[in-house]
Amino acid sequence: MKKVFIIILLAVIGYSLADTFVDIPFGENRIGEIESGETVAGYYLSNTVEKSKVANVITAIVVNYRGLDTLGEVTVLFLATTGLASILYRRKEEEEDAQRLSLPSSRIMRTGARVLFPTIVLLGIYVFIHGHLTPGGGFQGGTIVATGFLLMLISYKGFNTDHNIMVWIESLAGLSFVGIGIWGLLSGNTFLENSTNVGVLNSLISGGLIPVIYIVVGFKVAVELTGILDILLKIKPKK
Amino acid sequence: MIFIILLIVMAVVLLAAAIYSIHHRDLLFAVMGTGIVSVVLSLFFYLLQAPDVALTEAAIGIALTTIIFVITIRNTTRDEDEIIDKEEEMRMKTDEKS
Repeated sequence: MKKVFIIILLAVIGYSLADTFVDIPFGENRIGEIESGETVAGYYLSNTVEKSKVANVITAIVVNYRGLDTLGEVTVLFLATTGLASILYRRKEEEEDAQRLSLPSSRIMRTGARVLFPTIVLLGIYVFIHGHLTPGGGFQGGTIVATGFLLMLISYKGFNTDHNIMVWIESLAGLSFVGIGIWGLLSGNTFLENSTNVGVLNSLISGGLIPVIYIVVGFKVAVELTGILDILLKIKPKK
Repeated sequence: MIFIILLIVMAVVLLAAAIYSIHHRDLLFAVMGTGIVSVVLSLFFYLLQAPDVALTEAAIGIALTTIIFVITIRNTTRDEDEIIDKEEEMRMKTDEKS
């Protein structure tokens, strides 16, 4: 009985999926003429550069046209960090004997980490500051910064991240993201409305509020991912 | 033409790494297999003109996910058979109780 029910359910799901995908032509150009701007993609590609003064169209779509989605993504990451921290929370007295690594890392690893750490962090900061000009943005840059911190965390036992500062950075970044959005709502029409009269196209200062949002997102993502890795690395292995 | 051949070779490598990581009994090797999948996938994204996604895949897929799995393996066990044995033990116990 149960199996019959499952088979019927699967058949219904499969039929509805197949029914949807049959109508979509495979491999056909569905964007249409970019210049005409008939479809949504065509509109974005033809109008973004003039309207938003952003060289990287993807950035404009992610933080401007679909800024609310980005806010949701940031919230998901925040919830993931909070959940992990609450599950793996460690009290003060336990913290003292929580060893991050069971074995010390080698001299090659430590020297390499010391050389690579500033360059990786610099690359990450470059990626999220130049998010409106080159590929990448807040999420990518923040993740690269977190990778740099990960390198330091696994090579040095004594490398500790200050949780108070991290909590402050995270809260300030999240609040300023929402604040920028509400400011757009007050000054313009929509949430995260962009003020575009700033700067020259293709220069570092351009695109209105988009670089500011991306810097904020970059800090938030970097701090959250570093926090996750720090929590995970502090678990004591069972012996 | 060379581009298409390159793409096909990359797809074969990707599938091989994925199958390897599913079938390997040593979980550390399986995690390395998923790392290779991420490397090839980010190359794919780059070659198919999606550099944004390539950056994300490179940073998250290669570095962070792999290291989180490695930490998990360090804290649990490396051998897949051991996990299966434990699961069977648990199942036997619950069967006995019921």
